[in-house]
Amino acid sequence: MIRVYVSSVIDASADTVWARIRDFNGLPLWHPAIADSRIENQEPADRVGCIRHFHTRDGGMIRERLLALSDYDYACTYEILESPMGVAQYVATLKLTPITDGGRTFAEWSAEFECAEGREGELTEGIGGGVFQAGFDALKRHFGRR
Amino acid sequence: MLQRVVRSTVIDAPIDRVWAVIRDFNSHDRWHEVVERSRIEGTDRSDQVGCVRAFTLKDGHFIREQLIALDEREHRSTYCIVEATVPLRRYVATVTLKPVTDGNRTFWHWESTFATPPGQERELREMVAAGVYEAGFENLRRFLQRGGDHGAAGAAAGSFPAALPVPCRRICVRAYGEPAVLVPENGEAPPPGPGEVRLRQRAIGVNYLDVYLRRGRMPAMMPVEAGRPGTPGMEAAGTVLDVGEGVHGLLPGDRVAAIGPVPGAYASVRSVPVAWVLPLPPEVDDDVAAALLLKGLTADCLLHDLAPVRAGTRLLVHAAAGGVGLVLCAWASSLGATVIGTVSSEEKARLARAHGCEHVIVTRDHRFADAVQRLGGADVIVDGLGDAARDENFAALARRGHWISLGQATGPLAALSPDQLVAKSATFSRPVVFDYVASRPELLRRAARVWSALADGRIRRPVIERHALDAAAEAHARLESRATTGSLVLLA
Repeated sequence: MIRVYVSSVIDASADTVWARIRDFNGLPLWHPAIADSRIENQEPADRVGCIRHFHTRDGGMIRERLLALSDYDYACTYEILESPMGVAQYVATLKLTPITDGGRTFAEWSAEFECAEGREGELTEGIGGGVFQAGFDALKRHFGRR
Repeated sequence: MLQRVVRSTVIDAPIDRVWAVIRDFNSHDRWHEVVERSRIEGTDRSDQVGCVRAFTLKDGHFIREQLIALDEREHRSTYCIVEATVPLRRYVATVTLKPVTDGNRTFWHWESTFATPPGQERELREMVAAGVYEAGFENLRRFLQRGGDHGAAGAAAGSFPAALPVPCRRICVRAYGEPAVLVPENGEAPPPGPGEVRLRQRAIGVNYLDVYLRRGRMPAMMPVEAGRPGTPGMEAAGTVLDVGEGVHGLLPGDRVAAIGPVPGAYASVRSVPVAWVLPLPPEVDDDVAAALLLKGLTADCLLHDLAPVRAGTRLLVHAAAGGVGLVLCAWASSLGATVIGTVSSEEKARLARAHGCEHVIVTRDHRFADAVQRLGGADVIVDGLGDAARDENFAALARRGHWISLGQATGPLAALSPDQLVAKSATFSRPVVFDYVASRPELLRRAARVWSALADGRIRRPVIERHALDAAAEAHARLESRATTGSLVLLA
């Protein structure tokens, strides 16, 4: 099992950051790498089990199923059903924790997956840097940086 | 009803450094100002689950606390009060650290639940939150900033006030030329600017690139003007003196190495952008880091990116007993490649063989193509020789071979036309290693591969010839005489 873990500090309260990222169908609104998104079968985006169907800006199609959503823990867990990335059993969690000192947010994004031997480095870098850190960078820009 | 207090902060230091203090259940009297004295009862160790610490507080209170869980993987410590002169009942607290990968900092979460006598809930919640947790955050932050966890190293760093220039020794080139133009001078290293780290450098790597800079072969990279001398050198190892605004995760006393595309490393103190700085593992000494960093990163790019070397690849390495040569011989042979090396003496041949070079050609006039072709031709050539060996290199190349021009010790290569390459279906590249470590994550990833190859023996501990920084001229003369083996390092 490969594990990727990226964390950052965002200069806004956890409630505020959560409001921006909670929508499982809302990636294109805040993540620079995502072009469009829809929820399959017209289900609500906060129904656990719903599937988001989206395209990255470089044209890749990805389908992901919402596995857990907690407004209490500010956390969202999902799995990949279909993607061009060449990963299997991919489960990721995006989670926020309030930093009481300064009213900021500690944001963590982690994933576990299997992949073909030899691709670990490339995938770790692509997912950790190109997806997770790029998302945090966009949030930091949006909320300003301390 | 149980009271609950949660406080959290971000500490500007790597998690290992914060955890080293926090995991010690007996450390509080060194960093937390409310604690006058701490001791572990009986003969238990301070990281033994079940041990009890006895605190005397500055205000005269007395508290005994027991460690009930310690988790190295999750960086978590849980403890409870067993006896206290303050009215906290059923008090259980947990400290959890998490890495902030963005900036190499630490998220610190401290929470507890407890009961209080009626009417004292708010007062005791505030005492725990502000008096213990928030004060603790500030105290630990200051403790780390002054290097309190580093002992002597931190104290030395603390003796240089931040934001003041520091005297330093550096090698200045006021006119390009022979080794004698490398003249040591006294100077001042200004405080680090935003995004910079000021380093106390103890070991500086000498590379053939430094010779080109000194000779004036790359004036754009190291300009030399009246009143503005150039200082060569691309890499060094030492400790952090202080950091500029916006630099996270590095503190005074941290052992680091630095490497970057702008020369200036031949100095005892200097500031560099944080993107050039990497932490050093404890087992890698300063002189080993200086001897190996650029050479190891070069080998990493060559073997993993430019010419992926596999079992059976025939790799031709010139100057096989030199700094880069020895690293390539060992690392490529561990990957299963057949390494063919050229050297200039029998003594160097023995050294190259000892590092995994299977076929060694001793030649002082750059004649090797026939010998290489008898072995089937070279799939990959790593060429630091340049023009004098140009025709021999092309003749040594196998079909579909890849010729990597890394240096030009004998002079710039005469132009190579695309039609010449087609004769052997060959490829040619002229890489600059700094482009392969241009981002800090890539630098850290490649450096980690080099240290790990060193740790498990895929590359050997470098053979090091040491010179004083002031004797840089002598080191260059030795390097150019072809008399040296292995890596040259200047000690400051």
